[in-house]
Amino acid sequence: MSDLLDILLTAGFWAATVRIVSPLIFGTLGELICERAGVLNLGIEGIMTVGAMCGWMWVYQGGDLWGGVIFAASMGALFGLLHASFTVYLGLSQHVTGIGITLFASSLSYFVYRMLLPSATTPPKIAPFQNLEIPVLSDIPLIGEALFNQSPLTYLALLCVPVVWYVLHRTPIGLAVRMAGENPVAVEAQGIDVLAVRTGAVMVGSALMAVGGAFITMSWFDAFYFGMVNGRGWICVALVIFASWKPGKALLGAFLFAGLEAMQVRAQQSAGAFIPYQFFLMLPYVMSILAMIIMARRAQYPQALLVPFRRGERV
Amino acid sequence: MQIELRQSTSLLRVGMAPISAIFAALVLCSVLIMWAGVPVLEAYALLFKGAFGSAFALKETFTRSIPLIFTGLAVAVAFRSKFYNIGAEGQLYAGALAAVYFGTGLVSLPAYLMLPFLLLVGALAGGLLLLVPVLLKTRLKVDEVVTTLLLNFVILLVVSYLIEGPWRDPMAMGWPQTASIIDEGVLPTLMAKGRLHAGLIVAVLASILIWAVMRFTVLGYEIKAVGFNAKAAEFSGVNVNRTVIFTALISGGLAGMAGVSEVAGLKGYLTLDLSPGFGYTGVAVAMLAQLHPLAVIPAALFLSAVYVGADSMSRAVNIPTYIADVLVGVSVLAILVSVMLTQYRIKWRK
Repeated sequence: MSDLLDILLTAGFWAATVRIVSPLIFGTLGELICERAGVLNLGIEGIMTVGAMCGWMWVYQGGDLWGGVIFAASMGALFGLLHASFTVYLGLSQHVTGIGITLFASSLSYFVYRMLLPSATTPPKIAPFQNLEIPVLSDIPLIGEALFNQSPLTYLALLCVPVVWYVLHRTPIGLAVRMAGENPVAVEAQGIDVLAVRTGAVMVGSALMAVGGAFITMSWFDAFYFGMVNGRGWICVALVIFASWKPGKALLGAFLFAGLEAMQVRAQQSAGAFIPYQFFLMLPYVMSILAMIIMARRAQYPQALLVPFRRGERV
Repeated sequence: MQIELRQSTSLLRVGMAPISAIFAALVLCSVLIMWAGVPVLEAYALLFKGAFGSAFALKETFTRSIPLIFTGLAVAVAFRSKFYNIGAEGQLYAGALAAVYFGTGLVSLPAYLMLPFLLLVGALAGGLLLLVPVLLKTRLKVDEVVTTLLLNFVILLVVSYLIEGPWRDPMAMGWPQTASIIDEGVLPTLMAKGRLHAGLIVAVLASILIWAVMRFTVLGYEIKAVGFNAKAAEFSGVNVNRTVIFTALISGGLAGMAGVSEVAGLKGYLTLDLSPGFGYTGVAVAMLAQLHPLAVIPAALFLSAVYVGADSMSRAVNIPTYIADVLVGVSVLAILVSVMLTQYRIKWRK
């Protein structure tokens, strides 16, 4: 127990938590926007891989860091457009399309990486985002270092939470997005194009997912590895359910999750002798399943999630 | 743009769907081949030769298709009732775990009993693993896609723990792998040379059996009814939850048998790289087969040919092997569209 307290009292633990949470925030918010508009986006795992590869490759080829982030986001949006063409315009199965996008997007990333770096055995590193220290605030003990001496992308992630909340809940666009996921016929009756709203939401959401992937290569590992997204996309899908499709709760869920993950890395060091490391690595996945079970009874799915909308068709 | 339901769909159109999807995928991927600076037709000719060009290549293609038939069937059965089992990868490993647990000396039976026994325990293990997501779905409405996907990662870590820890073969010179299956439990090879093994026969029999179940039994009818319209099925007296649970047990069992067949027919022991994503490719197999159990066999053969052929092609010319995975992903998307076009027509006028 005192071990646990020791972990909680180190600045390193909090810094690690904030690092781990950043891609989860991007991914969870991205998925949340898609699902709020009524589209389940299981392409997330592949789109994060695309973001991770594109952002990294942009910088590796000599581009600047923010250019890489924008490139990753636009590539994500492009795959979002592909997903939306299939699920929104053609009304195809969102499950199968999403899996197809994930298979396609991740293998295409690996293909492009291998084409551009045919003989790299050890993945080369780039100069990543430097931590941006916010004066005064970063001097707060324990959490100051963790929250206010971080990569600019982490700030961007944290900033996205209120922005997404505000846009979804306080603007006409947000209302249209949420209604498209609850009652598309009503949106149509208002003279708003449901298909366009859904497509837009999926593109923005996918762009956010891709930035989440870019964080992993541009602000964390500094290199691109095969299989590096490693199920984070699926965890984000679980987190959206855990958060009941609310941005604020998504932030909370992501932090809980990242905290546990940061703790398991540290617990591995102290308890690794008794408990095999694989059980620690299992924790995030098991936790995600548990989170879904806990929230299952209260989950209020957007009413029109998974339901394709066809103009003029009766429901 | 308007989408209209067709009044009827001809069999020809249904049959053409996967062929046109594959054609579209090949055309789309030719962009990548051009980028690699290889003439497209030459690259595809190399791929074809690598998959079918020699007795050895043919045997490899058939060998690789065995796990894909099983996982393709697993996905096809589940998707028929709209139960989205994306966990065939994990269930495959569960089956493999059962096979090495019982097959490495714990149980010793004559071969004609040992093989069915191993397939049975493997199927049970795969089915039991899928029982968790299906019960969560039927009891608590927890989405099965996410739980089955997440369980894949959990199972791989369990395998990693077992082969590095308690199940590691002490004779393996430190390699993380289990002991080998006893001789009675090894699926015999079908031909003197090569690795093609009797798993192929089991896989084909499984396809026929599943086809018969879907076609001629009440359970099969109920599975399809639940998939078409669960509410309507419920009203007409089908126990939807029970049907979905049965579907899941069959689906998980088939994926588990893929693991048994890979261990007992090919590797002999269990390692972490037993499956290079056969479970995920199973989704592509099932989609290309339009969820038809017998069509799973040619679909699995085709995708297996893509993988075997791409391996050999990338050795001959400078194209990364990932081209095979790209082809698989593109075919999943292409088949969705082409199947849709068999049922709907698109009118471009407003």
